[in-house]
Amino acid sequence: MTAATRTLPLRAIASARAGDKGDALNVSVWALSPRWYPAIREQLTAERVRAAFPDVFRGEARRYELPDLHGLNFVFQRALAGGVNASLNLDAHGKSFSFLLLSLEIEVPAEGEDLKV
Amino acid sequence: MTLRIGCGSGGAPDRVAPALALAERGELDFLCFESLAERTLAMGHVAKRSGRAPGHCPKLEARMRAVLPACAAQGVRIVTNMGGADPRAAGETTARIARELGLRLRVAVIEGDDVLPLVGPETRLPETGERVGDFGPPVAANAYIGHEPLVEALDGGADVVIAGRAADPSLFLAPFVHANGVAPDDWARLGAGTLAGHLLECSTQVTGGYFADPGVKDVPGIEDLGYPIAEMSPDGSAVITKLPGTGGLVAPLTVKEQMLYEVHDPAAYLTPDVTADFSTTRIEAVGPDRVRVSGAGGRARPQTLKALVAFDGGYLAEGEISWAGPGAQARGELAREIVRRRMVERFGFDGPLRLELIGVASLHLDGGRAEQGSQDVRLRGALRSHDRAWAERLLEEIEGLWMAGPAGGGGFRGRITESVFTRAIHIDRALVPTRVNWIAP
Repeated sequence: MTAATRTLPLRAIASARAGDKGDALNVSVWALSPRWYPAIREQLTAERVRAAFPDVFRGEARRYELPDLHGLNFVFQRALAGGVNASLNLDAHGKSFSFLLLSLEIEVPAEGEDLKV
Repeated sequence: MTLRIGCGSGGAPDRVAPALALAERGELDFLCFESLAERTLAMGHVAKRSGRAPGHCPKLEARMRAVLPACAAQGVRIVTNMGGADPRAAGETTARIARELGLRLRVAVIEGDDVLPLVGPETRLPETGERVGDFGPPVAANAYIGHEPLVEALDGGADVVIAGRAADPSLFLAPFVHANGVAPDDWARLGAGTLAGHLLECSTQVTGGYFADPGVKDVPGIEDLGYPIAEMSPDGSAVITKLPGTGGLVAPLTVKEQMLYEVHDPAAYLTPDVTADFSTTRIEAVGPDRVRVSGAGGRARPQTLKALVAFDGGYLAEGEISWAGPGAQARGELAREIVRRRMVERFGFDGPLRLELIGVASLHLDGGRAEQGSQDVRLRGALRSHDRAWAERLLEEIEGLWMAGPAGGGGFRGRITESVFTRAIHIDRALVPTRVNWIAP
């Protein structure tokens, strides 16, 4: 049995921002504290994100790591239904997609201070 | 010597007042206005083509009228891409405003980003392998041009430099290069200056805008966000800050989020000027609302320039109507099915048609895992067609739900807009000569 863990919404331990370029979307994810970064880096894989939202992220997904800044950058190809000038989505830029990622959950070690969220 | 560069806008609709505050109180050397996006430039071409509106930024006049007196009085020079689809008209408008204000300003216009003559039916679209001819004649094509012509204009003494599709960070890089004599192949400093430009180019997105999440990330004074300033050192490192007394915050996290905004590989951010490397950046708070960024670098610039080719996208129709109270979701779902059956089965529409319930699942399709049984639901229908009759038909069907749909529908709104869509191509730099033109004062 592994050490005790607890499950937290990613939104409680990370922030995210989305940006569009043509039909590709990037979402950067930043640990709010360095202590959350190892768990986020281990669990928030490109494959997991894509599998969680198969209707949205249909194309190739790639992840870049910025370990010194405790960040990850996801790039999703063909995620914007043709891009801002072609999509029929109300949010044609896909700007709101950052919070799709933040809705996922991360298991972190059980010890640690309480969170306000 | 430290150079103070302010951002006066991060997009076409951005507010004017924070730019005026920077012009008056920022003790700036340069004030740069970024105003173009993939969507904005395309719509500028539609406006110019229709003759109903100018092809340059609609806020050009309001911004220039507001800041030119303070900029002229304090020697703050302006660099902008507000020229949009028509830089020359923007230059002439700016010169006229300066005359009306009794100011003598040297206005330079950068032309040459319009590459439509270089695009033919056989031009390949590298993203998909398709050809330009597959989409009909292009409406416009603009190359992303870099800092060099902007620097040429500044070296020539311009008080105001107006470009069209100059790349966003290049607007901020140009004053840094001009003031420090940075060589066009000094990739490390061009990369560092590009990071500072990238951090400033979306205005409030680095000073607390696009950031707040109540309870997680709170932003003080959010209704009055200040625009950012970069205090740039000759080595390209910079302190990002804002005016005292303005709302918002500059913190390591606002800087981090903005650093990767619209970035793919952090080690290879491609601009016309450099292949910038943000992966080695160091970010540290050095005072209240003061964050120092250093360590970014760069490698040789891409061989080709990216250009966006715009095509006539036909008419975009969007119609909405709401239901509320008990059973609202079921009534909204029934309405959606009515519209789908009539548009597709009855009338035979076979193009892309989107019908969704705002309040249940819209922006994220079903990926949003919405609660079931929402009591505040808005049906949204959208389609795009080159045949205006289909656009009108969709709105007619949604408006018709008022009387022929489920019980209690209300609040119909509908609109039809002309649209363009864009595809990226890559062009040999040698084919895109830019030139600096001076507007008679």
